[in-house]
Amino acid sequence: MNIRIKFQKYGIMKFIGHLDMMRYFQKAIRRADIDIAYSEGYSPHQIMSFAAPLGVGITSDGEYFDIRANSSKSSQTSIQALNETMAEGISVLEYKQLPDTAKTAMSLVAAADYLIFAKSGYAPLAGTSEELEAKAQAFYEGQSEITISKHTKKRETTLYLKPLIYQMNALNLRSEETLSALKVKNPQILAHCQENGGKDNVPALFLKVCTGSADNVKPELVLEAFCGFHGLPLEMAGFQIHRLEVYAKADEIPVKGEAERKSYENYIKEQKRIYRRQGRAFPEFLTLGELGSDI
Amino acid sequence: MDKLALSDEILLKIDKPARYIGNEINIVRKNPQNVAIRFAMCFPDVYEIGMSHLGIQILYDMFNQREDVYCERVYSPWVDLHKIMKDKKIPLFTLETQSPVKEMDFLGITIQYEMCYTNILQILDLSQIPLLAKERTGEDPIVIGGGPCTYNPEPLADFFDLFYIGEGETQYDALFDLYQSTCGQGKSRQDFLRAACKIPGIYVPSLYEVSYRADGTIQSFLPKFADVPATVRKEIQMDLTNTVYPRKPLVPYIKATQDRVVLEIQRGCIRGCRFCQAGMIYRPTRERDVNMLKSCAKEMLENSGQEEISLSSLSSSDYSKLPELINYLIGFKEKGVNISLPSLRIDAFSLDVMSKVQDVRKSSLTFAPEAGSQRLRNVINKGLTEEIILEGAGLAFEGGWQKVKLYFMLGLPTETEADQREIPRLADKIARRYYEIPKDKRNGKCQITISTSFFVPKPFTPFQWAKMYPQEEYLARARTVNEEMKEQLNRKSLKYNWHEADVTVLEGVFARGDRRVGQVILKAYEKGCIFDSWSEFFDNGKWMEAFQQCGVSIDFYNLRERSLDEVFPWDFIDCGVSKAFLKREWHNALKETVTPNCKMQCNGCGAAQYQGGVCLEHQN
Repeated sequence: MNIRIKFQKYGIMKFIGHLDMMRYFQKAIRRADIDIAYSEGYSPHQIMSFAAPLGVGITSDGEYFDIRANSSKSSQTSIQALNETMAEGISVLEYKQLPDTAKTAMSLVAAADYLIFAKSGYAPLAGTSEELEAKAQAFYEGQSEITISKHTKKRETTLYLKPLIYQMNALNLRSEETLSALKVKNPQILAHCQENGGKDNVPALFLKVCTGSADNVKPELVLEAFCGFHGLPLEMAGFQIHRLEVYAKADEIPVKGEAERKSYENYIKEQKRIYRRQGRAFPEFLTLGELGSDI
Repeated sequence: MDKLALSDEILLKIDKPARYIGNEINIVRKNPQNVAIRFAMCFPDVYEIGMSHLGIQILYDMFNQREDVYCERVYSPWVDLHKIMKDKKIPLFTLETQSPVKEMDFLGITIQYEMCYTNILQILDLSQIPLLAKERTGEDPIVIGGGPCTYNPEPLADFFDLFYIGEGETQYDALFDLYQSTCGQGKSRQDFLRAACKIPGIYVPSLYEVSYRADGTIQSFLPKFADVPATVRKEIQMDLTNTVYPRKPLVPYIKATQDRVVLEIQRGCIRGCRFCQAGMIYRPTRERDVNMLKSCAKEMLENSGQEEISLSSLSSSDYSKLPELINYLIGFKEKGVNISLPSLRIDAFSLDVMSKVQDVRKSSLTFAPEAGSQRLRNVINKGLTEEIILEGAGLAFEGGWQKVKLYFMLGLPTETEADQREIPRLADKIARRYYEIPKDKRNGKCQITISTSFFVPKPFTPFQWAKMYPQEEYLARARTVNEEMKEQLNRKSLKYNWHEADVTVLEGVFARGDRRVGQVILKAYEKGCIFDSWSEFFDNGKWMEAFQQCGVSIDFYNLRERSLDEVFPWDFIDCGVSKAFLKREWHNALKETVTPNCKMQCNGCGAAQYQGGVCLEHQN
């Protein structure tokens, strides 16, 4: 059976890179006694794949990986077993079963949401979220093209970012409403929001960008272009980038096989009906977790 | 969440920030306010190397079982961070609580190899602790050295307050209790050290006076006070079963050199190879009970989630219950656990086991004949014969293996050019054995890799009297081997690796040096030498300048054949093996006489004074 696990990463664990996180979870899965399946051969390895690598220094509420298991206890029991063996700074949030023919999280990734804000002790991007919103609109709506040039060893290439930035606006992290709408669960972000010395306006940028193996926009690049556009000093270590969620495209069929495909299409049809009845637009993206169900 | 000692700005700039943040699985957390003694345990090399060391894991676990002690870890900051810490005057910190090392009561440094000596000074320097013990005050931690290099601690005598000679399991409790009843009660550092020197195994270098003869050798090595013991006897944990062993090993995030569970099955070695210091200083050979090992293996795998387990000992094939243990461990294979076998003696049993746990086509067989000719193998008392090697290799080739690694030493006592030329000839004979297998039954070419290292005589071995050679001589010997290899019939199946010899020369000086060598280490550090065991940082030119400026002669330590009545810097240590035995063995070596191993016959080395281990078995 296929299982998709969602976790968050905060605090000093942000210094653990992607490959080391994979190694970390290989060991954690064994400590938690999850009945994971192994490949054949002399040096069998766990069947596990991560959705989208996270850069060193970035925190997250929305990390996903898939495993294949021979059997599984309930989602609740498994989450508990995993969390009992987690290091401080990693918590497992979801544990969902996927259809047997599910495509991997990695192949489905299409977009990701990020927050970017100044760490305490560093200059903020703007005094208030309103000021930041004006700057964001000037940058995003006000430019017909957003370009950034990258130097590689051989040549300089120009990246056209605008079509790959799906959404960009400013938020006030002191607003309870904002935080609950974003479903922020991350202790570090919440601490940052409270810590900010009595200020009632803590501005942050919100980004929804194209993510995946074909086109991938790192939030650092957008930040670099943004600071360049507004003539702001760019000191990367002064900003905290936080990934909120990772998505698949709603119209991408996440399963292989004819019968499964049919059943997914029916499920989406049903979902669309529900949204219509509630008078809401059906979202363009679904979180990777929504594609599975609790055991 | 703990606050880190380093800012995000620094951590995002340096290589592998995970080296400095702690927070590993199975880390011990205590409130430092609730303990009486804070101990920083240090391996003076980069994190990935230090985290692979079993000894620290044992002591970390043991110390932290005491409620009044909090033991934390510290490793050498890599060169990138070293520079930043020096520039910004950031004090070196422990991983657990990220506290400055200088706030600890103790700084314990394990000294595993000679080429880490400048890294010890780096640790002290970055910790902002005076490098010289005599300049430290009550504000500074007590700096303790331990590990194999402390069997000649003299080159480091100026930098340490005390050395713990022997295995850590036995006397640390006494040392901590003493610290509480002296320093804890307002007594001075000197009072503590004076009392500590009476604890078995503890050596306080500042309490001894060395005088030298006109020819540079030691005239006398004496305690400064009547109540200071003249001899320090090594400490040893006789019962290795009913003792501490870490059931919850630390699990690093970045890949450590030993990224696996390590199961130490025994200490000591019965073989008595005459070049091997470990084979002498860890006598008598003591086994852990197989049932203890089984339960340790199970718990450690469960608690760490590691996917590999490895056995550790000097000679695993000599462990009496090896088949039982390995069969038990093979049971974990269905849980995806790899079993990594140390160099076992190649025979039908080990080949059978290896074929079960590794991919025969990819893995290689390892032999360590150490010397090319039978004559020289008799000199060094290495029991392996050409027949045994060819038989083992033959069996393995029939079983599908095609890669062989051979380890040798060059520069052994009495070695001649003929001995050197025997090295590639032996490799060629092994290759010939491979090509005896019919073409349709073998899998292409075989690959025989020869590696040589240069021999460094070590204290407490029968070769402690032997002379070394100048650097050019070592390289000339390697060239002889290389030339001879090209003459061999199967030269296309042979490969030869050797190293530079400049490190060998330094190792020789540190291994058998005295207190006067300390100033050279200090000078070299001041010139910027650190990470000398990393070839990319080793700077021989700086070292040669340091020797010259200090007026210390390398030749005095390396090129002299020592007389039998010379007083050695390490003679004040009783390592269990008597000097009379070592002399006997030195003579046997020169006569090319083999000495049987401890299980065949007791050779009266002196280790029987510990009343246990192999010394009490097989008594006729």
